[in-house]
Amino acid sequence: MKSFTFILNGKSTTVEVDPDKPLLWVLREDLGLTGTKYGCGMAICGCCTVHLDGDAVRSCVTPISRVTGKRVTTIEGLSKDLSHPVQRAWMEIQVPQCGYCQPGQMMSAACLLAQNPKPSDSDIADAMSGNLCRCGTYQRVRNAIHRAADIAGKQGVKS
Amino acid sequence: MKLQVLLIAGCLLAVARLFAPQDSTATSPNVRNGETAKAAFAEAYKVFMHPRCVNCHPAGDSPLRGEDSRPHTGLRLRRGADGQGVFTLKCTNCHQAQNQQGLHMPPGAPNVLGDGSLDLTTPRWHLPSAQTPMIFQGRSAARLCRQLQDPKQNGGLTAEQLIHHVSNDPLVLWGWNPGEGRTTPPISHDQFVESIKQWLDNGGACPK
Repeated sequence: MKSFTFILNGKSTTVEVDPDKPLLWVLREDLGLTGTKYGCGMAICGCCTVHLDGDAVRSCVTPISRVTGKRVTTIEGLSKDLSHPVQRAWMEIQVPQCGYCQPGQMMSAACLLAQNPKPSDSDIADAMSGNLCRCGTYQRVRNAIHRAADIAGKQGVKS
Repeated sequence: MKLQVLLIAGCLLAVARLFAPQDSTATSPNVRNGETAKAAFAEAYKVFMHPRCVNCHPAGDSPLRGEDSRPHTGLRLRRGADGQGVFTLKCTNCHQAQNQQGLHMPPGAPNVLGDGSLDLTTPRWHLPSAQTPMIFQGRSAARLCRQLQDPKQNGGLTAEQLIHHVSNDPLVLWGWNPGEGRTTPPISHDQFVESIKQWLDNGGACPK
């Protein structure tokens, strides 16, 4: 067991865990943030996507030792009041079917828009190819990302 | 008479030498070193062509995977300008500073700090940059040999830096510690480094 301190959703957070423990399980088991989902456990499906210093990492394979001193944002930290353009677009377009993969989809979408505020269909297909959805909500995901880009653009909000 | 016999014998000896088969050890040092260099590169080439090396030195814009160097599973991965990937699909979003345990789990390798020491918590996984893609896939021995020595194509590495790279870079070393279910190159890392040194120490001649 070892102590690790990082910035979680804007707040300094310290946990005492095994250095190899994946960030996903630290979030869910040690910190009670269950919005981030376990899917495949091998960095393939994207359900567990969170932001690490702005990058969309797979928390199921990211050891907590990598996170020390860095900024982690989970689906719970995307905004305090559901005002993030991705959240607004997701609700407006009613993207989810079962919803299980959606936290990961939204975190990847937010990461894409932060780097590419006006993505093309091809950009979206590239960037979202690592997030699988068994319900097949891909078209709604794509539409919602375009909508989120519009919302962010009109309001001058950074995604 | 005695003088005539000696002259004839001398001429015969000279003619015999002229047509005698050449002893390879009697050739010039440059030619001998050239052959040694080519043989050493041929040994190293076996490593360059192994999937552990080819998969991250692809001819295209995306990494490969597996023993058959197939496209990376399902993902629309791209190299990006710096070789780190793009947008949501950066290499180190999945690949960590060490191999993940188990079959089909993402492999990993640690980063190198400015002083040359390893950062065991930060991953190094990446492709060569777009500007210097260092393509191995499909390269003949002759072309790869020239490419590795061309500063415009090898990232500006000198011979000494090239030896340091193959000796110490965690991504090169990973080839011999690739994690469960992955084969390693056909010669050891020590033999690989030695063959690179022999190739360069003997003038770096390239096969035709």
